[in-house]
Amino acid sequence: MEKLLLLGDEAIAQAAIDAGLSGIFAYPGTPSTEITEYIQASKEATEKGIRSNWACNEKTAMEATLGMSYAGKRAMFTCKHVGMNVAADPFMNSAITGVNGGVIYIAADDPSMHSSQDEQDSRYFADWAMIPILEPSNQQEAYDMVHYGYELSEKFRIPVMIRITTRLAHSRAAVNIRRNSKQQNPVKLLDNPKQFILLPVNARRQYKELIAKQEGLENAAKMDGFNKYIDGSNKKMGIIACGLSFNYLMENYRETHCEFPILKISQYPMPVEMVNKLYEECETILILEEGQPLFEKQIKGLLNKGKKIMGRLDGTIPRDGELNPAIVGKALGLKVSEGLPIPEIVAPRPPKLCEGCPHADSYKALNEVMEEFGKGRVFADIGCYTLGAMPPFNAISTTVDMGASITMAKGASEAGFQPAVAVIGDSTFTHSGMTGLLDCVVDNVPITIFILDNSITAMTGTQKSSATGRIEAICEGIGVSKDHIRVITPLKKFHQENVQVIKEEIAYQGVSVIIPRRECLVWANKKRKEEKKLQK
Amino acid sequence: MKIDIILCGVGGMGALSTAAIISKAALDMGMYMKQAETHGMSQRGGDVQSHLRLSDKEIASDLIPDGECDLILSVEPMEALRYLPFLNKEQGWVITNENPFINIPNYPEKETVLAEVRKVKNSIVFDADQIARDLGNPKGTNMVVLGAASKYLKIDIEKLEDAINNTFGRKGEAIVEANINALRAGRAVADKM
Repeated sequence: MEKLLLLGDEAIAQAAIDAGLSGIFAYPGTPSTEITEYIQASKEATEKGIRSNWACNEKTAMEATLGMSYAGKRAMFTCKHVGMNVAADPFMNSAITGVNGGVIYIAADDPSMHSSQDEQDSRYFADWAMIPILEPSNQQEAYDMVHYGYELSEKFRIPVMIRITTRLAHSRAAVNIRRNSKQQNPVKLLDNPKQFILLPVNARRQYKELIAKQEGLENAAKMDGFNKYIDGSNKKMGIIACGLSFNYLMENYRETHCEFPILKISQYPMPVEMVNKLYEECETILILEEGQPLFEKQIKGLLNKGKKIMGRLDGTIPRDGELNPAIVGKALGLKVSEGLPIPEIVAPRPPKLCEGCPHADSYKALNEVMEEFGKGRVFADIGCYTLGAMPPFNAISTTVDMGASITMAKGASEAGFQPAVAVIGDSTFTHSGMTGLLDCVVDNVPITIFILDNSITAMTGTQKSSATGRIEAICEGIGVSKDHIRVITPLKKFHQENVQVIKEEIAYQGVSVIIPRRECLVWANKKRKEEKKLQK
Repeated sequence: MKIDIILCGVGGMGALSTAAIISKAALDMGMYMKQAETHGMSQRGGDVQSHLRLSDKEIASDLIPDGECDLILSVEPMEALRYLPFLNKEQGWVITNENPFINIPNYPEKETVLAEVRKVKNSIVFDADQIARDLGNPKGTNMVVLGAASKYLKIDIEKLEDAINNTFGRKGEAIVEANINALRAGRAVADKM
């Protein structure tokens, strides 16, 4: 057997290659990005012809995943948790269509919001759509679950979600791999040609089939080995440990043995029989979930009239944030060791724009122009330029979701709040900004839109942007007047010129687009290094 | 045997590459390993940390429990202080470069920062940058700090040298040698204390 040192993300990617993957579809998003990057960099994946280019956004990516499955092949979709919101439409409906070739959706959640705007728990999505969830507790399990997930998906003809969190995604450990476990599926047509035609008449039938699959899926969760009942002698408390929380539980019993019965949960739908056994045997139940209290709520019920259930809802565990060994130790009533306090002098060191970043020059020019209009008029978006919210710039007033800069500025402008300015990055623009721009053009709203073109998706670590080389053509195609698509170079020496251009476009009572264009420095350095390597 | 290490610094300083060297050496010794890293937004000039856990037994948590870290290894002194809640306050060591990396307006006085580091029971604060520069390897600060830490690492320095060889081998003999020299110079500092 071959052993590799892999991040959780990389273990998933290697497993997919080994399990006969034909294509992966994704838009970058922390902490999911490294899955697709691994496949893009893998020689083996290239030799096997596995497609892996970045998609425009999560919705297009998931639909293409479904299309590849329709054609009979195994496909994978990956996103960060908020990407699930973008893909929600195909996601919910793909549970009803079911699959042909196996489909795995990887949802990488970010509890504690290390690099995100919320900590939504993707298990809610899968529970809502009634598809199975696999939730690995370590890198090896992540690897094994991809193999198993494809079998489960093809057996029940249903998409499977693997839900991971930041700690697993970005933590490295040795993983035993099984190369070439399965060849890629051949292209094959559906047995039922109506399976993917969700006309109401078909959808009603398909939905009943989805409901009928639940019993088998629950049985798989009971029988297939990822969920384990570990007996204990002290029945005063039973512990349900979901996903990664199992590790934090075990960490607290490194030197000793846990005397309480444990139900380790890594596969859903919840195996009710196993949960019931624990509930019947024990006086109280402690529920450990990395994320939101999904199953705590379900087991507790609305009226909470049964046994005492402890977890995030009753304050045994903090209501928000990721778990760690100390939080779990305290919930168990154990004595937890403590280090030293952080000295008061330690100042926070938040992330900031890099020295010489083109966005900094864009914000300097924009700030100078906006001064006469007062604060609160710049609607921004998701990317490195969100850091324009920090000193010394303090340049932006909103960051909500991918693409919301343009549409929120539009709504504000329509409320009479003018001038209204949107700031969006090139990659975010092609992700979710184009349709908002069309809304602006259709309504001819006075708005000035900055599309910051640094020629790369920078925040997530320089992935190829679908916008590169296409922005002017897209804007013109959508209907922005050619005279009001202005390209500027965000450099100190052009500051006065740039200020002038911004003034002119803000004065214009219609839709204008300003494109500050200069390459991301991190990307430029990376490229130079790669070119040097090639020369050698 | 278990060794829990926090490697820290500021995004872009390359503090995390040290983790790769240590883990290679540990794997070579047949130890189990887990290493949690910071990716994403914080890498843009923010504080970054890596939890590196080594053990002869299987490791459960990817995160080091509070108060159980054996070694905080830092290329920046204030960053070393940020992770004190993880430190084993009796047996743990803080080993850090003494030069501040100032990219925030409210960075405290250097001397106050160093005084706080020295308050920790076991600490080594030294000018690793200067040692690296003297060796003609200004980018070698990481390796100098690792060298100083090697005394408390329970991993033979030879194993670390092998790992350096392994990691930098492709970049040529000169780079391997420069890094090994930096490692040894750092070790000499710890040995003198």
